[in-house]
Amino acid sequence: MRFMMLMYPGDTAETGAVPDDKAVATMRKYNDDLTKAGVLLALDGLQPTAKGARVRVSGGKRTIVHGPFSEAKEIVGGYWLIQVRSRDEAVEWASRVPLTEGEMVELRQVFELSDFSPEKVVYSPG
Amino acid sequence: MTASDAHRAIDAVWRIESARLIAGLARMVRDVGLAEELAQDALVAALERWPGSGVPANPGAWLMATAKNRAIDRLRRARLIDRKHQEVGHELTAEHDVIPALEAAIDGDPGDDLLRLMFTSCHPVVSPEGRVALTLRLLGGLTTPEIARAFLVPEPTIAQRIVRAKRTLADEHVAFEVPRGAELGTRLASVLEVIYLVFNEGYSATSGDDWMRPALCEDALRLGRMLAQLIRDEPEVHGLVALMEIQASRTRARTGPSGEPVLLLDQNRARWDHVLIGRGLAALARAEALGGARGRYALQAAIAACHARARTPEATDWARIAALYAALAELAPSPVVELNRAVALAMAFGPAAGLELVDALTSEPALEGYHLLPSVRGDLLFKLGRLDEARAEFARAAALTHNARERDLLLARVAACGDADGLSI
Repeated sequence: MRFMMLMYPGDTAETGAVPDDKAVATMRKYNDDLTKAGVLLALDGLQPTAKGARVRVSGGKRTIVHGPFSEAKEIVGGYWLIQVRSRDEAVEWASRVPLTEGEMVELRQVFELSDFSPEKVVYSPG
Repeated sequence: MTASDAHRAIDAVWRIESARLIAGLARMVRDVGLAEELAQDALVAALERWPGSGVPANPGAWLMATAKNRAIDRLRRARLIDRKHQEVGHELTAEHDVIPALEAAIDGDPGDDLLRLMFTSCHPVVSPEGRVALTLRLLGGLTTPEIARAFLVPEPTIAQRIVRAKRTLADEHVAFEVPRGAELGTRLASVLEVIYLVFNEGYSATSGDDWMRPALCEDALRLGRMLAQLIRDEPEVHGLVALMEIQASRTRARTGPSGEPVLLLDQNRARWDHVLIGRGLAALARAEALGGARGRYALQAAIAACHARARTPEATDWARIAALYAALAELAPSPVVELNRAVALAMAFGPAAGLELVDALTSEPALEGYHLLPSVRGDLLFKLGRLDEARAEFARAAALTHNARERDLLLARVAACGDADGLSI
């Protein structure tokens, strides 16, 4: 089964500041542990919202709002996609993410395509 | 933290840490059976302690320290017994040697230890089913009941296999080492074989099965990915990982709504898993970059990759697949590989090109009674308009298959060839 771990860096999400060497080394060690255990499928870090945009539909109208956005607490800074044997194992991995004050990791289980009938598949390559 | 929370956390920690723990201990005590016992002792200690104290900040280190103390206690006790039979002076030096050696052993590279553990539990002196059970238990962190459920065999059978495997390793004095030189090749082949056996056991599970069976695919992938991190310059390791990632990418498309198998070319490619395909193609590229394009697993992965890269069945590069099968046949001659090559040739260059090779295979004793031979031959004859011959082949294939659904399909093809006079098309 798969889980996504979503990183919410809090106030630092928008600064785009490069973390110090020690923080980088700690995070690299954590990512190495995930890789060596064979559980890591994918991971990415996300740039500040100044480089992104939001598209919404409201009152039947589509609006585009360019970043940056104000609510730092709701901004995702990156994610890991992991494959594990149990939810408990996923919780254990999430609890090992190196975090500093104000940071949060949210663990979400991924729907498997087999959870849907073929007609409900919304992604088709090519 | 409630007791049940603690137990769930301990299960998870065990799943993550047990292989490294057992590997480190095995290096210390030079016996995987004893190492596992010590690790289990530490687990029991955690079960007693953690519900009250909470899970420690570094649970792996806690388990290792606890197990190490137990190991030293045991060795000291053994030494005390020995001492009665030995001169005191000699004994003192021995103990002084042993304890620091134990401390040093603990601080070794955990990656090296894991690799040693993998080679040891897949050692060819152990029976193949013993290797599989031992590897899943020691490196996969599975319990005996979990392995038994996954393999559809009674628990005592698996327990027996594990006991016997450990005893064989001890009796044969198998060194807890990574093999070197010429031995490395054959020993690595055994490790890869064990992992692929686990994968295929999971891959052959059907939709009605206990979820523990398909989960074996994920266990095998996890072992393969682990191994690829431990031994990075062996192309076949990456070839095997590539093969498993790409095969696993089709898991969700392989069965229809009522559990019936769906053939590769009929699969809904939107249901293929593109994260796994991406990983598989990357692993294949690594195998090829290491000069391993002609390896057994890399070639099979390359064939799987031809399908994975094709957005539609029509876009499949059949000429390349035929060439890859030819390379595979050269490496490990097999009539089944030849039959696959014939299919690829027919897809690439027309039915006549495939039929030529299939005709040569009809005298092959190994394929006698193999329903896919007349099935393929019938299909090629049908495409060439030789309906009488095609009908006879489909009828023969229908009589040979053990699968009812497949028989129905073949009988439908018999009917599609028209009646015996060949008048109706």
